[in-house]
Amino acid sequence: MTNSESNGAASTALPIHIQGLTKRYGKLHALDAVDLDIRSGEFLTLLGPSGSGKTTLLMAIAGFNRPDAGSIRFGDEEVILKPPHKRDVGMVFQSYALFPHMSVAGNIAFPLKLRGVSEKECAERVNEALETVQLSGLGERGIDQLSGGQRQRVALARAFVFRPRILLMDEPLSALDKKLRERMQIELKHLHRQLGVTTVYVTHDQREALTMSDRIAVINHGRLAQVDTPEAIYNHPANAFVADFIGESTMVPLSRDASGSLSFAGQRITDKAYEDTAEGWSLVVRPERLFLADTAGVDPEKTAVFDVTVRESVFQGETAFVLVDIGDDTELALRFGTGSAEATGGLKPGDRARVGLLREDAIVIPRERQP
Amino acid sequence: MNRPDAAEGGNRDRNAGMLRAQERREEWGLLSLAAPALLVIVLVILIPVGWLFYLSFIGGDGQFSLEHYRKMVEYKSYARTFATTFEVSILTTGICILLGYPLAYFLALLPPRWAGIFMLAVLLPFWTSLLVRTYAWLVLLQRKGMLNEFAIHIGLWDSPVKLVHNMTGTLIGMAHIMLPFLVLPLYSAMKKIDRDMMHAAANLGASPATAFRQVYLPLSLSGMVAGSLIVFILCLGFYVTPAVLGGGRVIMVSTQITAILENQFDWGAASALGVVLLVATLLVLYIAARFFKFDAALFGKG
Amino acid sequence: MNWWTTPASDTQVTHGDRFWLYVVAVIIMLLLVIPTFIVIPMSFSGSQYLEFPPNEWSTRWYGEYFGSAKWMRATVTSLQVGVLTMLVATPLGTMAAYALFASGHRATRAFFMLLITPMIVPVILVAIGAFYAFGRVGLNNSISGLVLAHTAMATPLVIIVITAALRSYDLNQERVARSLGATRLKAFFQITLPQIRFSVVTAALLSFLTSFDEVIIAIFVSGGANATLTKHMFSSLRDFIDPTIAAISTIMVIVSSVLLLLTQFLGRRGK
Repeated sequence: MTNSESNGAASTALPIHIQGLTKRYGKLHALDAVDLDIRSGEFLTLLGPSGSGKTTLLMAIAGFNRPDAGSIRFGDEEVILKPPHKRDVGMVFQSYALFPHMSVAGNIAFPLKLRGVSEKECAERVNEALETVQLSGLGERGIDQLSGGQRQRVALARAFVFRPRILLMDEPLSALDKKLRERMQIELKHLHRQLGVTTVYVTHDQREALTMSDRIAVINHGRLAQVDTPEAIYNHPANAFVADFIGESTMVPLSRDASGSLSFAGQRITDKAYEDTAEGWSLVVRPERLFLADTAGVDPEKTAVFDVTVRESVFQGETAFVLVDIGDDTELALRFGTGSAEATGGLKPGDRARVGLLREDAIVIPRERQP
Repeated sequence: MNRPDAAEGGNRDRNAGMLRAQERREEWGLLSLAAPALLVIVLVILIPVGWLFYLSFIGGDGQFSLEHYRKMVEYKSYARTFATTFEVSILTTGICILLGYPLAYFLALLPPRWAGIFMLAVLLPFWTSLLVRTYAWLVLLQRKGMLNEFAIHIGLWDSPVKLVHNMTGTLIGMAHIMLPFLVLPLYSAMKKIDRDMMHAAANLGASPATAFRQVYLPLSLSGMVAGSLIVFILCLGFYVTPAVLGGGRVIMVSTQITAILENQFDWGAASALGVVLLVATLLVLYIAARFFKFDAALFGKG
Repeated sequence: MNWWTTPASDTQVTHGDRFWLYVVAVIIMLLLVIPTFIVIPMSFSGSQYLEFPPNEWSTRWYGEYFGSAKWMRATVTSLQVGVLTMLVATPLGTMAAYALFASGHRATRAFFMLLITPMIVPVILVAIGAFYAFGRVGLNNSISGLVLAHTAMATPLVIIVITAALRSYDLNQERVARSLGATRLKAFFQITLPQIRFSVVTAALLSFLTSFDEVIIAIFVSGGANATLTKHMFSSLRDFIDPTIAAISTIMVIVSSVLLLLTQFLGRRGK
């Protein structure tokens, strides 16, 4: 229809501009005036818990879910009123939705035939796509003869074979077992680099989002909580929801010490200045950023050090997990690599210890009322 | 990232009007696919039945009157007809439950392969013309029929017993015709019972009989209610079998409606009877719906 | 350990414990099946009176049937009406089922209830209602009137069969097809229909049988040259027991059995 003639390996990627996108189900706001710019060629993940609106947003981009208001532009073109079959968007569903009455090749050729691609070119491009997803020679197989991972690849090949400008994926890996899922994450990322197509990926798995994305849009209750690179989202969460949803963390309230700095348990935890607000501030502690202060060379200028009592110490393979009590029944979690024996320090419940946190690692976010 | 502020408020309703219009267009486009089917049902069911409803309130003089309904209260024959209709329906439903439950249970216990084969015994009558089956019973049950000859041969009774052209024959024929309607929904309800339920019951110390009584039976009840309901409301309006096997001695509402039309050509009276029959059917459905969630099972019989 | 003491369930109930159930179930199944098939040997009886087992065997009742202009005409009418009903009810019901299944509209429940009213309204009421209304517009004793009435009876069955099929079908497939460039119509015909085709065939066979076996509406609405087979059979049954009916019944049982086995076969293929 549009770009089937282009013979280049990479599709023409398009940016997506979403403005004021709103979708209500009764009183519930599935999408609440969402504004989001997805850059040309980037891999953007919509990450959120179930019911957050991430799938609603994806379906709206694909055209399966009609929003109540707003604008969706692919490049300069407004598509919000376009039916799905005219949007030229490749889509991979959670269930794969492969057509069981067609062979693997039949499935992949489906979008090409609809676009009037000649028999010969069709065959070539199907083979090319099969090669890309490493399924060469399986074209004549029936869908029921494929393993889960192979089905996933066929669904993928079918979604990009017609060189769409945009690729959408709705939790495509959730049906696979852990090992295969992790391998597919890397393969998908590789494929994305190869195709260069703008990709919007939906998942509720924060590790998957961190692994694959150029940028992550964290979504909750129909609103974007934060849009940024994986590093920034992890290291500088904008709010309590993002801090809690992504990675492990402990959140504790901060108070002012005598000098006016934000402090926790009598220890100054940041050198930066934070304004006084009505709500105040919280400290987000990532377990792996805490360390045992006895065993490391501690620079008191850069480090906040706490006296703690060990509550629980658990060996978990590549890491060890220690729960400590800092007094007032406030617990902190620590995570160590188990590579060096000294890291765990042979801690047992009841042991006293000192725990350090580098002030530059402290994550300070505005306090919110806890649910 | 956050909601647009008040200055951009207009932005929030962007395209809203066109999206709503498109939504409506698509919804009605889709629903219009159901229009032809709906039209047929309006033409064949709703309009004619509405018409009969109207006729039932028109007296012999062409004026509005309740005479047809009054007659139904005054004349004993009507009361007897309704009593017979409910008697036949209740007894048939009872017989079907008695025979259908063990059969459905047996089928539900079988491995799928065997269940598929034995299920044919239920499906075959289901697919066979009820006229043919009524005829078969007429032949089997008559004075010199196979059943009488067989019973006399093995010494059950000495001289032919009257098995047909009476209530006995009607009930036998109706139970045979209705049984599949009970077994199919009951079977599908039983298949949905998680086997782990029975394992859990056994694990908690229930004997097989106790587990059946306290776990399986209550869980299969929804299917039984759905099946019984189908059987009961079909019985209420049944015509062919009581007409043939009842031999004029079992007067049900439907038989009386045809009799009125054939003998007196009194549309008002026939319509009034039909309306009461319909109301009774709806009432039974309504009461059942109030007490049981039969919806899914009722319409899942494929 | 023999079959008798083999556990029949995971909770150690043996086949022996359950033997009574097997016996009861088999008896009930025989009671269901025998009256359905008993007409077959009876139809080959040579005598006027229906005895079992027949004293002499003959095919004279088949001769009577095939030789009778009345029966032949009625058979043709029934087949005509059955096939036409099938051809009308199947697409109508399929369209309605798809519409109600795919639409999220608030009204779908009400529509569904309306569409299955023919299963709730007593047939006798439908019959006299149609008789009365058709009388006004001259549809009584016509093929088209009977097809219309039978379509109303068969459509709810089609809707139920197709809805059940759609429920076990992943509608995302149609979505995927549309995202890949197919219009909704194309997606339905190329993706959805091929996958529910066995259910469509089953629904078609059911609607044929619904019409072919239907008695009460036919008694009222059909007549004259267009009286159906069942109407003639019914009047023969009420008046006297004509052994020709046994021959016709045999043919009907065989037709039903073949159609049933066909759907079972298709159902297995469909899985």
